[in-house]
Amino acid sequence: MSTHSEVETIKPPLTNIGALGWVKNNLFNGYLNSAATILIFIALLKVVPQFIQWAFIDSVWFTSGKECHEAAGACWSVVTQNIRFNIFGYYPYEEQWRPLLAMVILIFMLVYSRDWKKWSKKLGYLWLAALFTMGTLMKGGLFGLVAVESTKWSGLPLTLLLSFFGILASYPLGVVLALGRQSSLPVIKAFCVVYIELIRGVPLITLLFMSSVMFPLFLPEGVTIDKVLRAQMAIILFTAAYIAEVVRGGLQALNKGQYEAAESLGLNYWQKMRLIILPQALKIVIPPSVGILISAFKDTSLVVIIALYDILNTTKSILNVPEWTGFSTEAYLFVAAIYYFCCFSMSKYSRNIEKELEYKAQTKK
Amino acid sequence: MAEIHSTPLKKTYFWNDEKTRGILYQIFTAAAVAFIGYYLIANVQENMARQSIATGFDFLNKEAAFEIGETPIKYSAADSYGRALFVGILNTLKVSLVGMILTTMLGTFIGVCTLSKNWLVAKIGTMYVELFQNIPVLLQLFFFYALFYEAFPGPRQALTPVSGVFLSNRGIDFAVPAPHFAWKFVGVAFVLACAIAFAVRYWARKRQEQTGQQFPIVATAAGLLLGLPLLSWIVCGAPTAMDMPSLQGFNIKGGYNVSPEFSALLVGLVLYTAAFVAQIVRAGIQSISHGQTEAAMSIGLKAKHVMSLVIFPQALRVIVPPLTSQLLNLTKNSSLAVAIGYPDFVQVAGTTINQTGQAVEGVALMMMVYLTLSLLTSAFMNWYNKKIAIIER
Repeated sequence: MSTHSEVETIKPPLTNIGALGWVKNNLFNGYLNSAATILIFIALLKVVPQFIQWAFIDSVWFTSGKECHEAAGACWSVVTQNIRFNIFGYYPYEEQWRPLLAMVILIFMLVYSRDWKKWSKKLGYLWLAALFTMGTLMKGGLFGLVAVESTKWSGLPLTLLLSFFGILASYPLGVVLALGRQSSLPVIKAFCVVYIELIRGVPLITLLFMSSVMFPLFLPEGVTIDKVLRAQMAIILFTAAYIAEVVRGGLQALNKGQYEAAESLGLNYWQKMRLIILPQALKIVIPPSVGILISAFKDTSLVVIIALYDILNTTKSILNVPEWTGFSTEAYLFVAAIYYFCCFSMSKYSRNIEKELEYKAQTKK
Repeated sequence: MAEIHSTPLKKTYFWNDEKTRGILYQIFTAAAVAFIGYYLIANVQENMARQSIATGFDFLNKEAAFEIGETPIKYSAADSYGRALFVGILNTLKVSLVGMILTTMLGTFIGVCTLSKNWLVAKIGTMYVELFQNIPVLLQLFFFYALFYEAFPGPRQALTPVSGVFLSNRGIDFAVPAPHFAWKFVGVAFVLACAIAFAVRYWARKRQEQTGQQFPIVATAAGLLLGLPLLSWIVCGAPTAMDMPSLQGFNIKGGYNVSPEFSALLVGLVLYTAAFVAQIVRAGIQSISHGQTEAAMSIGLKAKHVMSLVIFPQALRVIVPPLTSQLLNLTKNSSLAVAIGYPDFVQVAGTTINQTGQAVEGVALMMMVYLTLSLLTSAFMNWYNKKIAIIER
C-alpha cells in the first residue's frame, strides 16, 4: 500500500518554532544553560523590583535635602535642585545662558557634520565661525558681553571644552608624530619615538601634575599661563601620542605600491603625503581614532585631581555640602548617564562608519 | 688631445639635494629641541634659585614627617622620603598585581559570556561591557568609594555575612590564622610544591613528545599543591588558632583589614578594565575560524580538549598583545588612587612635592617609576607572547 500520492506536510514540533522555540533554543539549550538562565532570572527578580522601588516608587524628586533624608528611596532632588551648579559650576549665575548656547551650537555643529562625506572647505569655515562664536560666548568682553575669566569656567562646558580642543589639537600633532616616526631621517625618527613611547609609558596624571606644579617653573619670571590652558596642553600632548600610534597603523596598512606610485609621479614628500597617503591612511583609522577620542573624553575627568571644576568635580562639591551629603549614588548616576550618553554616541558613530567602510570595500571587489 | 665637451649638468644647489636637505632638517630639529630644552632648564634653574628651592635628590634621605595610611613594610613619619616613596611603590604594585590577576579572570569570563549560546548570558555580558567602558574610571572610583562609606554601617554595626568577616565603612576585616611557626613551613612547602609540579610537568611533556604516553599532570599538581603544605602543617602540630577581628572601642582590631580605599580602587579598576579585556577575549575567540573547531572535533577530541588544545592556544596569540596594553592601562590608572586617598606612589610623591617644593624631581620620579613598570610589564608579556607564538618549521 502506498501513500505517496498524498504528501502530508509535517509541521515542525511546536517547541522548535515561534516564541517557545526561541526560548528553548536561546535560554534552555542544555543543562548548564538552563541552570544559568534560572539563576539569572532569580537574581533579576530580586534586584530589579528593589531597584525600581528605590529609584522610582519611593524616590523624591524636587525636595530639600532634609526631606530627602527622611525618604526611603532615591533622592533625585540632589540632581534637580543643584542642576545649574552641577552643569555650569562657578560661571556667573546670570550669564549661564552663554555656556548653554555655546554647548547647543557645539552639539548642533557636531550633529550637522557627522557625515564625513560632506566634509568640505565650506564646513571648515562654518566651524571656524562657530568656534569664534562659542569662544566669544564663553569669554565675553566683546559685543557688550560681560567678560568671564577662564578660572570661572566649570562644569559640563569645561568638560566639553577640554575634550573638544584636546581632540581637535591632538589630531594634527599626532599625525605629524606618526609621520616623524615613519620618517627615514634618523634624528627626527628618534625624537618622535622617544616622545611617543615616553608619553604612552606614563599615566596622564603625571602630565597633569607636570602642568600644574612643574610647568610654572619652566616659564621665565612674570609669565604665567592660565591653569585651564595648562591642563588643556597636557591633555593634547598626551592624546597626540596615542593618536600617533593609531595613525602609524594606518600608514603601515597602506599598500607599498601607493607610496611608490606617488613617488613615480614626481610628487615630493609633502605632496605625496597630503594628496595620496594621508587621505587613505586616515580613512582606515577612523574607527580606532574614535576609540582614542572616547578615552580622551573620559580622561578629561582627571582634571579633578588638579582641582579644576569639571562636571565630576562640581558634583563632588555638591556632595560636600552638608545638606546633600549621603546622596552620592544618585548624583554620580546622573553624571555617569551624561558620560555614558556622550561616549555611547561616539562609539555608535564609529561603528556606523566602520560598517560603511567595510561595505564600500566589499562592493569595490 | 681634444677636450671632451659634455653638456654640463645643470647645477643643483646643495639645498635642493634630497640628502643634504635631510641632514639640514635633522640638524635644524636637533638644534631647535636643544635650544628649547636649554631655555626651559635655564628658566627652571633661575626660578628655583629665586624661590630658593633645593635641587637634586638629597631630599630622599631627609625625614618625611608624614604618615601613610597603608604600609606593607614598616614605616613611620620619622623615616626618610626615600622610604616613604618606596612604600608608595609597594602600594602601587600591590593594587596593580592583584588587579591584573582579577581583571584577566573577570575579563575572560565576561568575554566568554558574551559569546554564550544562552541569549540572556550573552546579553548581560554585552551590557556589562557597554556600561563599564563608557563611564570614566575616576567616576567609578568615586562611586564605589562613596558606596563603601554610605552603604556600609559603622564598625559597631558591622555586617558579618560569614563568621570572622566584618564589613564596615572602615573596610573589610577578616580572620587570619594566628602567627605560629608552622605557617612559615607551610609557605615553604607550597613554594616547593610549585617547583616540583613544574619539574614534573616538564618531564611529562618531554616523555609525551618522545613516547606518546600521557601523565595525569593536573591531578598530580593538585595533589602536590594541596598535599605538601597540608603535610607540613600536620607535622608542625596543626595549629588552628585564628586571629579574629573584634570590636574594640570604636574600631575593629585584629585580623586582616582591607581598607575602603584599597577595596574601592581595586573594584573600580577591575570592573573598568575587565570590560576592555572582555572585548579583546571575544575578538580573539571569534578570530579563530569555525573550521578549526570542526577539524578538532573530527579527529575525535572531546569538547574540553577542543577548547584547551585547539581554540584557546590560537586565540591567545591574538589576545596577548592588546591584553598587555590593557593591563598596562590598569597599572597606569592605579595612579588615580590619589583621588580617593589610597597612598599609592603618585599620592606619596604628590605629598613630597608639596612639602619639599621640588616639583621637577618629584614629577621625574613619577615618570621614571611608571616607565619602569610599563617596560617590565611589556617585557614580560613580550616574552610570554614569543613563548606562545607559532613555531614556524
